[in-house]
Amino acid sequence: MSSPAQRLSPFWVSLGVVAGLYLFFLLAMLVATASYSSPEKLVEALGKREIQHSIVLSLITCTITALLSLLLAVPVGYLLARARFPGKHWLEAALDIPIVLPPMVMGLCLLILFQTPLGRFVENATVQFTYTVFGVVLAQFTIGAAFAVRTMRHTFDHLSARPEDVAMTLGCTRAQAVWLVTLPAARRGMFAAASVAWARSLGEFGPILVFAGATRMKTEVLPTTVWLELSVGNLEAAVAVSLLMVLCAMCVLAAVKWVGEEV
Amino acid sequence: MSEPSAVSGQRSAGIRFDNLSWHAGTFRLEGVSFSVPAGNYAVLMGRTGCGKTTLLEILCGLRRPAGGRVLIGERDVTALPPGERGIGYVPQDGAMFPTMTVRDQIGFALKIRHWSAATITARVQELSGQLGVAHLLDRLPQHLSGGERQRVALGRALAAKPSVLLLDEPLSALDEELRDELAALLKRVHREFGLTALHITHSRREAEQLADVVFRMEAGQVTAAQAKVGGG
Repeated sequence: MSSPAQRLSPFWVSLGVVAGLYLFFLLAMLVATASYSSPEKLVEALGKREIQHSIVLSLITCTITALLSLLLAVPVGYLLARARFPGKHWLEAALDIPIVLPPMVMGLCLLILFQTPLGRFVENATVQFTYTVFGVVLAQFTIGAAFAVRTMRHTFDHLSARPEDVAMTLGCTRAQAVWLVTLPAARRGMFAAASVAWARSLGEFGPILVFAGATRMKTEVLPTTVWLELSVGNLEAAVAVSLLMVLCAMCVLAAVKWVGEEV
Repeated sequence: MSEPSAVSGQRSAGIRFDNLSWHAGTFRLEGVSFSVPAGNYAVLMGRTGCGKTTLLEILCGLRRPAGGRVLIGERDVTALPPGERGIGYVPQDGAMFPTMTVRDQIGFALKIRHWSAATITARVQELSGQLGVAHLLDRLPQHLSGGERQRVALGRALAAKPSVLLLDEPLSALDEELRDELAALLKRVHREFGLTALHITHSRREAEQLADVVFRMEAGQVTAAQAKVGGG
Protein backbone atom coordinates (compact mmCIF):
# COMPACT_ATOMS: atom_id res chain seq x y z
CA MET A 1 0.00 0.00 0.00
CA SER A 2 2.56 2.50 -1.09
CA SER A 3 0.72 4.85 -3.49
CA PRO A 4 -2.68 6.61 -3.24
CA ALA A 5 -3.85 4.76 -6.37
CA GLN A 6 -3.18 1.44 -4.62
CA ARG A 7 -4.97 2.58 -1.49
CA LEU A 8 -8.10 3.44 -3.43
CA SER A 9 -8.22 0.27 -5.51
CA PRO A 10 -11.35 -1.87 -4.99
CA PHE A 11 -9.13 -4.67 -3.67
CA TRP A 12 -7.76 -2.67 -0.74
CA VAL A 13 -11.10 -0.96 -0.12
CA SER A 14 -12.88 -4.31 0.20
CA LEU A 15 -10.20 -5.60 2.62
CA GLY A 16 -10.57 -2.40 4.62
CA VAL A 17 -14.35 -2.83 4.76
CA VAL A 18 -14.04 -6.42 6.06
CA ALA A 19 -11.55 -5.35 8.74
CA GLY A 20 -13.68 -2.33 9.61
CA LEU A 21 -16.86 -4.39 10.02
CA TYR A 22 -15.11 -6.83 12.35
CA LEU A 23 -13.65 -4.00 14.42
CA PHE A 24 -17.09 -2.35 14.59
CA PHE A 25 -18.61 -5.63 15.81
CA LEU A 26 -15.97 -5.94 18.59
CA LEU A 27 -16.33 -2.33 19.68
CA ALA A 28 -20.14 -2.51 19.58
CA MET A 29 -20.07 -5.44 22.00
CA LEU A 30 -17.76 -3.64 24.42
CA VAL A 31 -19.61 -0.33 24.22
CA ALA A 32 -22.98 -2.04 24.72
CA THR A 33 -21.67 -3.86 27.80
CA ALA A 34 -20.01 -0.73 29.19
CA SER A 35 -23.16 1.37 28.75
CA TYR A 36 -25.50 -1.26 30.18
CA SER A 37 -24.95 -0.22 33.76
CA SER A 38 -24.41 3.02 35.66
CA PRO A 39 -21.10 3.80 37.46
CA GLU A 40 -22.90 3.78 40.84
CA LYS A 41 -24.18 0.26 40.29
CA LEU A 42 -20.74 -0.86 39.16
CA VAL A 43 -19.17 0.51 42.33
CA GLU A 44 -21.91 -1.11 44.41
CA ALA A 45 -21.34 -4.49 42.75
CA LEU A 46 -17.56 -4.29 43.11
CA GLY A 47 -18.03 -3.41 46.80
CA LYS A 48 -19.55 -6.83 47.57
CA ARG A 49 -17.38 -8.94 49.84
CA GLU A 50 -17.66 -12.05 47.67
CA ILE A 51 -16.71 -10.17 44.53
CA GLN A 52 -13.75 -8.50 46.21
CA HIS A 53 -12.55 -11.91 47.36
CA SER A 54 -12.91 -13.20 43.82
CA ILE A 55 -10.93 -10.23 42.43
CA VAL A 56 -8.07 -10.79 44.88
CA LEU A 57 -8.05 -14.56 44.32
CA SER A 58 -8.02 -14.07 40.54
CA LEU A 59 -5.11 -11.63 40.67
CA ILE A 60 -3.08 -13.89 42.98
CA THR A 61 -3.76 -17.17 41.15
CA CYS A 62 -3.18 -15.65 37.69
CA THR A 63 0.15 -14.19 38.78
CA ILE A 64 1.31 -17.50 40.30
CA THR A 65 0.15 -19.32 37.16
CA ALA A 66 1.99 -16.86 34.91
CA LEU A 67 5.25 -17.38 36.83
CA LEU A 68 4.87 -21.18 36.88
CA SER A 69 4.03 -21.15 33.16
CA LEU A 70 7.19 -19.18 32.44
CA LEU A 71 9.29 -21.65 34.45
CA LEU A 72 7.98 -24.42 32.19
CA ALA A 73 7.87 -22.43 28.95
CA VAL A 74 11.49 -21.24 28.94
CA PRO A 75 13.16 -24.69 28.96
CA VAL A 76 10.50 -26.38 26.81
CA GLY A 77 10.40 -23.50 24.31
CA TYR A 78 14.20 -23.62 24.09
CA LEU A 79 14.19 -27.38 23.60
CA LEU A 80 11.66 -27.14 20.76
CA ALA A 81 13.44 -24.25 19.08
CA ARG A 82 17.01 -25.55 19.26
CA ALA A 83 17.07 -29.33 19.56
CA ARG A 84 16.42 -31.93 16.86
CA PHE A 85 15.39 -35.34 18.11
CA PRO A 86 13.24 -38.28 17.04
CA GLY A 87 9.54 -37.76 17.79
CA LYS A 88 9.84 -33.97 18.01
CA HIS A 89 6.71 -33.50 15.88
CA TRP A 90 4.76 -35.73 18.25
CA LEU A 91 5.98 -33.75 21.26
CA GLU A 92 4.95 -30.50 19.56
CA ALA A 93 1.51 -31.92 18.81
CA ALA A 94 1.13 -33.22 22.38
CA LEU A 95 2.03 -29.84 23.85
CA ASP A 96 -0.83 -28.31 21.87
CA ILE A 97 -3.39 -30.64 23.49
CA PRO A 98 -4.43 -28.06 26.12
CA ILE A 99 -4.97 -25.51 23.33
CA VAL A 100 -7.12 -27.69 21.08
CA LEU A 101 -9.11 -29.66 23.69
CA PRO A 102 -12.35 -28.07 24.94
CA PRO A 103 -11.50 -26.37 28.28
CA MET A 104 -14.30 -28.19 30.11
CA VAL A 105 -12.84 -31.51 28.96
CA MET A 106 -9.44 -30.47 30.32
CA GLY A 107 -11.09 -29.87 33.69
CA LEU A 108 -12.73 -33.28 33.58
CA CYS A 109 -9.40 -34.92 32.66
CA LEU A 110 -7.78 -33.19 35.65
CA LEU A 111 -10.56 -34.33 37.96
CA ILE A 112 -10.24 -37.94 36.78
CA LEU A 113 -6.43 -37.85 36.98
CA PHE A 114 -6.67 -36.98 40.66
CA GLN A 115 -9.00 -39.94 41.25
CA THR A 116 -6.29 -42.35 40.04
CA PRO A 117 -3.63 -43.86 42.35
CA LEU A 118 -1.04 -41.49 40.81
CA GLY A 119 -3.22 -38.46 41.49
CA ARG A 120 -3.97 -39.58 45.04
CA PHE A 121 -0.27 -40.18 45.65
CA VAL A 122 0.55 -36.64 44.44
CA GLU A 123 -2.15 -35.15 46.67
CA ASN A 124 -0.95 -37.16 49.65
CA ALA A 125 2.66 -36.13 49.01
CA THR A 126 1.92 -32.44 48.40
CA VAL A 127 -1.40 -30.66 48.87
CA GLN A 128 -5.06 -31.25 48.12
CA PHE A 129 -5.78 -29.94 44.59
CA THR A 130 -9.35 -31.05 43.93
CA TYR A 131 -11.87 -28.33 44.92
CA THR A 132 -9.19 -26.05 46.44
CA VAL A 133 -7.32 -22.88 45.49
CA PHE A 134 -4.37 -25.07 44.47
CA GLY A 135 -6.76 -26.69 41.99
CA VAL A 136 -7.61 -23.24 40.61
CA VAL A 137 -3.91 -22.61 39.92
CA LEU A 138 -3.40 -26.09 38.43
CA ALA A 139 -6.42 -25.72 36.13
CA GLN A 140 -5.19 -22.29 34.98
CA PHE A 141 -1.63 -23.59 34.58
CA THR A 142 -2.69 -26.57 32.47
CA ILE A 143 -3.94 -24.27 29.72
CA GLY A 144 -1.95 -21.06 30.32
CA ALA A 145 1.40 -22.90 30.19
CA ALA A 146 0.64 -24.27 26.70
CA PHE A 147 0.22 -20.72 25.41
CA ALA A 148 3.39 -19.59 27.20
CA VAL A 149 5.35 -22.49 25.65
CA ARG A 150 4.17 -21.43 22.18
CA THR A 151 5.27 -17.86 22.79
CA MET A 152 8.70 -18.86 24.13
CA ARG A 153 9.29 -21.28 21.25
CA HIS A 154 8.47 -18.47 18.83
CA THR A 155 10.85 -16.17 20.74
CA PHE A 156 13.77 -18.63 20.64
CA ASP A 157 13.05 -19.43 16.96
CA HIS A 158 13.68 -15.78 16.19
CA LEU A 159 16.91 -15.56 18.21
CA SER A 160 19.99 -16.75 16.31
CA ALA A 161 21.87 -19.64 17.92
CA ARG A 162 25.13 -18.20 16.62
CA PRO A 163 25.87 -15.90 19.59
CA GLU A 164 25.46 -18.94 21.88
CA ASP A 165 27.98 -20.84 19.75
CA VAL A 166 30.41 -17.95 20.03
CA ALA A 167 29.89 -17.81 23.80
CA MET A 168 30.78 -21.49 24.00
CA THR A 169 34.02 -20.96 22.07
CA LEU A 170 34.78 -18.20 24.60
CA GLY A 171 34.59 -20.64 27.51
CA CYS A 172 30.90 -21.03 28.40
CA THR A 173 29.07 -24.28 28.85
CA ARG A 174 25.79 -24.48 26.90
CA ALA A 175 23.84 -23.62 30.08
CA GLN A 176 26.03 -20.56 30.75
CA ALA A 177 25.67 -19.43 27.14
CA VAL A 178 21.88 -19.66 27.38
CA TRP A 179 21.81 -17.91 30.76
CA LEU A 180 24.25 -15.10 29.89
CA VAL A 181 23.52 -14.49 26.22
CA THR A 182 20.17 -15.90 25.10
CA LEU A 183 17.88 -15.30 28.08
CA PRO A 184 18.72 -11.59 28.39
CA ALA A 185 17.92 -11.27 24.68
CA ALA A 186 14.65 -13.18 25.21
CA ARG A 187 13.35 -10.96 28.03
CA ARG A 188 10.63 -9.34 25.92
CA GLY A 189 9.45 -12.74 24.79
CA MET A 190 9.44 -13.90 28.43
CA PHE A 191 7.30 -10.92 29.38
CA ALA A 192 4.94 -11.68 26.50
CA ALA A 193 4.74 -15.38 27.47
CA ALA A 194 3.95 -14.57 31.11
CA SER A 195 1.37 -11.98 30.03
CA VAL A 196 -0.35 -14.39 27.66
CA ALA A 197 -0.51 -17.02 30.42
CA TRP A 198 -1.81 -14.42 32.88
CA ALA A 199 -4.53 -13.13 30.56
CA ARG A 200 -5.54 -16.63 29.50
CA SER A 201 -5.77 -17.70 33.16
CA LEU A 202 -7.88 -14.69 34.07
CA GLY A 203 -10.57 -15.82 31.63
CA GLU A 204 -10.36 -19.54 32.43
CA PHE A 205 -13.70 -20.89 33.56
CA GLY A 206 -14.55 -24.44 32.43
CA PRO A 207 -11.62 -26.37 33.93
CA ILE A 208 -11.81 -24.38 37.19
CA LEU A 209 -15.54 -25.02 37.53
CA VAL A 210 -15.11 -28.77 37.01
CA PHE A 211 -11.85 -29.30 38.91
CA ALA A 212 -11.86 -26.64 41.65
CA GLY A 213 -15.57 -25.97 41.98
CA ALA A 214 -17.42 -22.66 42.35
CA THR A 215 -17.53 -22.18 46.10
CA ARG A 216 -18.02 -18.55 47.15
CA MET A 217 -15.20 -17.07 49.24
CA LYS A 218 -13.13 -20.19 48.50
CA THR A 219 -12.49 -21.13 44.86
CA GLU A 220 -14.48 -18.37 43.20
CA VAL A 221 -12.50 -16.45 40.56
CA LEU A 222 -13.80 -13.69 38.28
CA PRO A 223 -15.31 -15.86 35.51
CA THR A 224 -16.96 -17.96 38.23
CA THR A 225 -18.44 -14.75 39.67
CA VAL A 226 -19.91 -13.79 36.31
CA TRP A 227 -21.50 -17.22 36.04
CA LEU A 228 -22.77 -17.27 39.65
CA GLU A 229 -24.23 -13.75 39.40
CA LEU A 230 -25.86 -14.56 36.05
CA SER A 231 -27.34 -17.76 37.43
CA VAL A 232 -29.18 -15.80 40.15
CA GLY A 233 -30.29 -13.13 37.69
CA ASN A 234 -27.99 -10.40 38.98
CA LEU A 235 -26.98 -9.03 35.59
CA GLU A 236 -25.62 -5.76 37.06
CA ALA A 237 -22.94 -7.55 39.07
CA ALA A 238 -22.10 -9.88 36.16
CA VAL A 239 -21.60 -6.84 33.91
CA ALA A 240 -19.46 -5.07 36.53
CA VAL A 241 -17.13 -8.05 36.88
CA SER A 242 -17.05 -8.54 33.11
CA LEU A 243 -16.00 -4.93 32.62
CA LEU A 244 -13.26 -5.37 35.18
CA MET A 245 -11.98 -8.37 33.22
CA VAL A 246 -12.14 -6.40 29.97
CA LEU A 247 -10.08 -3.68 31.64
CA CYS A 248 -7.46 -6.22 32.85
CA ALA A 249 -7.26 -7.83 29.39
CA MET A 250 -6.78 -4.46 27.75
CA CYS A 251 -4.02 -3.55 30.22
CA VAL A 252 -2.19 -6.80 29.41
CA LEU A 253 -2.66 -6.25 25.67
CA ALA A 254 -1.32 -2.71 25.96
CA ALA A 255 1.63 -3.82 28.11
CA VAL A 256 2.62 -6.57 25.66
CA LYS A 257 2.37 -4.19 22.70
CA TRP A 258 4.31 -1.55 24.60
CA VAL A 259 7.16 -3.82 25.62
CA GLY A 260 7.09 -5.33 22.14
CA GLU A 261 6.73 -9.00 21.35
CA GLU A 262 9.52 -8.85 18.81
CA VAL A 263 12.97 -9.78 20.07
CA MET B 1 43.29 -19.78 33.80
CA SER B 2 46.20 -17.64 34.94
CA GLU B 3 46.50 -14.07 33.73
CA PRO B 4 49.44 -13.77 31.36
CA SER B 5 51.64 -10.76 32.02
CA ALA B 6 52.33 -10.04 28.36
CA VAL B 7 49.39 -8.22 26.79
CA SER B 8 49.82 -9.61 23.31
CA GLY B 9 51.88 -12.18 21.47
CA GLN B 10 49.91 -15.41 21.79
CA ARG B 11 51.89 -18.52 20.96
CA SER B 12 50.55 -19.89 17.70
CA ALA B 13 49.87 -23.56 17.12
CA GLY B 14 49.28 -25.39 13.87
CA ILE B 15 45.90 -26.93 12.94
CA ARG B 16 45.60 -30.49 11.71
CA PHE B 17 42.57 -32.38 10.45
CA ASP B 18 43.34 -36.07 10.46
CA ASN B 19 41.08 -38.40 8.44
CA LEU B 20 37.99 -36.50 9.56
CA SER B 21 34.49 -37.63 8.62
CA TRP B 22 31.06 -36.11 9.11
CA HIS B 23 27.58 -37.25 8.04
CA ALA B 24 24.27 -35.43 8.07
CA GLY B 25 21.53 -36.95 5.91
CA THR B 26 22.94 -37.23 2.40
CA PHE B 27 25.75 -34.75 3.10
CA ARG B 28 29.07 -36.42 3.90
CA LEU B 29 32.66 -35.46 4.48
CA GLU B 30 35.00 -38.46 4.29
CA GLY B 31 38.66 -38.75 5.14
CA VAL B 32 39.39 -35.03 5.25
CA SER B 33 43.06 -34.50 6.08
CA PHE B 34 45.01 -31.28 5.84
CA SER B 35 47.09 -29.09 8.07
CA VAL B 36 47.81 -25.42 8.52
CA PRO B 37 51.39 -24.79 9.70
CA ALA B 38 51.77 -22.78 12.92
CA GLY B 39 51.75 -19.05 12.35
CA ASN B 40 50.28 -19.27 8.83
CA TYR B 41 47.22 -17.45 7.55
CA ALA B 42 45.25 -20.14 5.71
CA VAL B 43 42.29 -19.42 3.47
CA LEU B 44 39.78 -22.18 2.75
CA MET B 45 37.74 -21.68 -0.42
CA GLY B 46 34.89 -23.65 -1.91
CA ARG B 47 31.33 -23.46 -3.19
CA THR B 48 28.39 -22.64 -0.94
CA GLY B 49 27.18 -25.79 0.84
CA CYS B 50 30.40 -27.76 0.27
CA GLY B 51 31.02 -28.12 4.01
CA LYS B 52 33.49 -25.33 4.81
CA THR B 53 31.47 -23.99 7.73
CA THR B 54 30.85 -27.53 9.02
CA LEU B 55 34.60 -28.10 9.05
CA LEU B 56 35.15 -24.86 10.95
CA GLU B 57 32.42 -25.77 13.44
CA ILE B 58 34.04 -29.17 14.00
CA LEU B 59 37.32 -27.36 14.67
CA CYS B 60 35.47 -25.06 17.11
CA GLY B 61 33.93 -28.05 18.89
CA LEU B 62 30.39 -27.02 17.99
CA ARG B 63 29.87 -30.22 15.99
CA ARG B 64 31.16 -33.67 16.79
CA PRO B 65 32.81 -35.50 13.88
CA ALA B 66 31.75 -39.06 13.02
CA GLY B 67 35.40 -40.08 12.87
CA GLY B 68 38.96 -38.81 12.75
CA ARG B 69 40.86 -36.31 14.86
CA VAL B 70 41.37 -32.58 15.13
CA LEU B 71 44.68 -31.35 16.50
CA ILE B 72 45.69 -27.85 17.56
CA GLY B 73 49.45 -27.84 17.99
CA GLU B 74 50.29 -31.26 19.39
CA ARG B 75 47.04 -31.42 21.34
CA ASP B 76 44.19 -33.70 20.22
CA VAL B 77 41.16 -31.47 20.81
CA THR B 78 38.55 -33.75 19.20
CA ALA B 79 36.78 -34.45 22.48
CA LEU B 80 37.43 -31.10 24.18
CA PRO B 81 34.61 -28.60 24.77
CA PRO B 82 34.81 -25.47 22.57
CA GLY B 83 36.04 -23.20 25.34
CA GLU B 84 39.08 -25.36 26.13
CA ARG B 85 40.49 -25.46 22.61
CA GLY B 86 42.30 -22.13 22.70
CA ILE B 87 40.47 -20.77 19.65
CA GLY B 88 38.95 -17.43 18.72
CA TYR B 89 35.92 -17.61 16.43
CA VAL B 90 34.55 -14.81 14.26
CA PRO B 91 31.34 -15.80 12.42
CA GLN B 92 29.99 -14.17 9.28
CA ASP B 93 27.63 -11.60 10.80
CA GLY B 94 29.70 -11.02 13.93
CA ALA B 95 27.02 -12.76 16.05
CA MET B 96 27.05 -9.99 18.63
CA PHE B 97 25.53 -10.68 22.05
CA PRO B 98 22.34 -8.60 21.64
CA THR B 99 22.12 -7.08 25.13
CA MET B 100 25.80 -6.45 25.91
CA THR B 101 27.83 -3.30 25.32
CA VAL B 102 31.02 -3.50 23.27
CA ARG B 103 32.99 -3.38 26.54
CA ASP B 104 31.16 -6.43 27.90
CA GLN B 105 31.43 -8.30 24.61
CA ILE B 106 35.21 -7.90 24.45
CA GLY B 107 35.63 -8.73 28.14
CA PHE B 108 33.22 -11.69 28.01
CA ALA B 109 35.77 -14.53 27.67
CA LEU B 110 37.86 -13.01 30.46
CA LYS B 111 34.91 -12.70 32.83
CA ILE B 112 34.05 -16.35 32.19
CA ARG B 113 37.63 -17.22 33.02
CA HIS B 114 37.43 -15.21 36.27
CA TRP B 115 40.10 -12.65 35.43
CA SER B 116 40.18 -9.74 37.86
CA ALA B 117 38.11 -6.66 36.98
CA ALA B 118 41.23 -4.50 36.65
CA THR B 119 42.94 -6.92 34.26
CA ILE B 120 39.77 -7.23 32.19
CA THR B 121 39.52 -3.43 31.95
CA ALA B 122 43.15 -3.17 30.88
CA ARG B 123 42.80 -5.91 28.27
CA VAL B 124 39.57 -4.40 26.86
CA GLN B 125 41.23 -0.97 26.63
CA GLU B 126 44.28 -2.40 24.92
CA LEU B 127 42.34 -4.50 22.38
CA SER B 128 39.77 -1.82 21.63
CA GLY B 129 42.62 0.60 20.91
CA GLN B 130 44.37 -1.86 18.62
CA LEU B 131 41.16 -2.58 16.71
CA GLY B 132 39.93 1.02 16.51
CA VAL B 133 36.79 0.57 18.60
CA ALA B 134 37.87 2.39 21.78
CA HIS B 135 35.25 5.11 21.16
CA LEU B 136 32.45 2.49 20.93
CA LEU B 137 32.91 0.72 24.27
CA ASP B 138 29.58 1.79 25.76
CA ARG B 139 27.49 1.11 22.64
CA LEU B 140 25.08 -1.75 22.13
CA PRO B 141 25.42 -3.85 18.96
CA GLN B 142 22.32 -2.40 17.30
CA HIS B 143 24.13 0.94 17.19
CA LEU B 144 27.20 -0.43 15.37
CA SER B 145 27.87 -0.52 11.63
CA GLY B 146 28.77 -3.79 9.88
CA GLY B 147 32.48 -3.00 9.96
CA GLU B 148 32.37 -2.01 13.62
CA ARG B 149 30.60 -5.24 14.49
CA GLN B 150 33.30 -7.30 12.83
CA ARG B 151 36.01 -5.37 14.67
CA VAL B 152 34.24 -5.99 17.97
CA ALA B 153 33.76 -9.66 17.09
CA LEU B 154 37.48 -9.85 16.39
CA GLY B 155 38.30 -8.20 19.71
CA ARG B 156 35.95 -10.57 21.54
CA ALA B 157 37.62 -13.57 19.87
CA LEU B 158 41.15 -12.34 20.65
CA ALA B 159 40.57 -11.30 24.27
CA ALA B 160 41.48 -14.61 25.93
CA LYS B 161 44.66 -14.86 23.80
CA PRO B 162 43.82 -17.85 21.62
CA SER B 163 46.51 -19.60 19.61
CA VAL B 164 44.20 -20.08 16.64
CA LEU B 165 41.82 -17.62 14.98
CA LEU B 166 38.91 -18.99 12.94
CA LEU B 167 37.03 -16.67 10.62
CA ASP B 168 33.87 -17.68 8.75
CA GLU B 169 33.40 -15.28 5.84
CA PRO B 170 34.09 -12.30 8.11
CA LEU B 171 34.14 -9.74 5.29
CA SER B 172 31.30 -10.98 3.08
CA ALA B 173 28.61 -8.69 4.51
CA LEU B 174 30.72 -5.53 4.03
CA ASP B 175 31.05 -3.13 1.12
CA GLU B 176 34.25 -3.20 -0.92
CA GLU B 177 36.06 -0.28 0.67
CA LEU B 178 35.40 -1.58 4.16
CA ARG B 179 36.51 -5.05 3.09
CA ASP B 180 39.96 -3.82 2.11
CA GLU B 181 40.21 -1.89 5.37
CA LEU B 182 39.27 -4.92 7.47
CA ALA B 183 41.45 -7.26 5.41
CA ALA B 184 44.39 -4.98 6.23
CA LEU B 185 43.37 -5.10 9.90
CA LEU B 186 43.20 -8.91 9.83
CA LYS B 187 46.63 -9.06 8.29
CA ARG B 188 48.04 -6.73 10.94
CA VAL B 189 46.36 -8.65 13.77
CA HIS B 190 47.69 -11.93 12.40
CA ARG B 191 51.21 -10.57 12.26
CA GLU B 192 51.20 -8.73 15.61
CA PHE B 193 49.45 -11.44 17.60
CA GLY B 194 51.43 -14.27 16.00
CA LEU B 195 48.34 -16.42 15.43
CA THR B 196 47.52 -19.31 13.16
CA ALA B 197 44.45 -18.29 11.18
CA LEU B 198 41.91 -20.27 9.16
CA HIS B 199 39.68 -18.00 7.09
CA ILE B 200 36.74 -19.21 5.02
CA THR B 201 35.77 -17.16 1.99
CA HIS B 202 34.41 -17.23 -1.55
CA SER B 203 36.52 -14.27 -2.52
CA ARG B 204 39.70 -14.79 -4.55
CA ARG B 205 40.64 -11.22 -3.74
CA GLU B 206 40.55 -11.90 0.01
CA ALA B 207 42.68 -14.99 -0.55
CA GLU B 208 45.22 -12.97 -2.51
CA GLN B 209 45.27 -10.22 0.11
CA LEU B 210 45.60 -12.44 3.15
CA ALA B 211 46.65 -16.02 2.52
CA ASP B 212 49.96 -17.66 3.22
CA VAL B 213 48.36 -20.87 2.10
CA VAL B 214 45.12 -21.50 0.18
CA PHE B 215 43.04 -24.65 0.49
CA ARG B 216 40.18 -25.61 -1.78
CA MET B 217 37.26 -27.75 -0.72
CA GLU B 218 35.57 -29.87 -3.39
CA ALA B 219 33.48 -33.03 -3.26
CA GLY B 220 34.05 -33.44 0.46
CA GLN B 221 37.86 -33.21 0.14
CA VAL B 222 40.31 -30.45 0.97
CA THR B 223 43.39 -29.90 -1.18
CA ALA B 224 46.14 -27.31 -0.94
CA ALA B 225 45.70 -24.98 -3.90
CA GLN B 226 48.74 -22.77 -3.50
CA ALA B 227 51.22 -21.59 -0.93
CA LYS B 228 53.16 -18.38 -0.88
CA VAL B 229 56.83 -18.84 -0.32
CA GLY B 230 57.87 -17.16 2.88
CA GLY B 231 54.28 -16.44 3.94
CA GLY B 232 52.84 -13.31 5.49
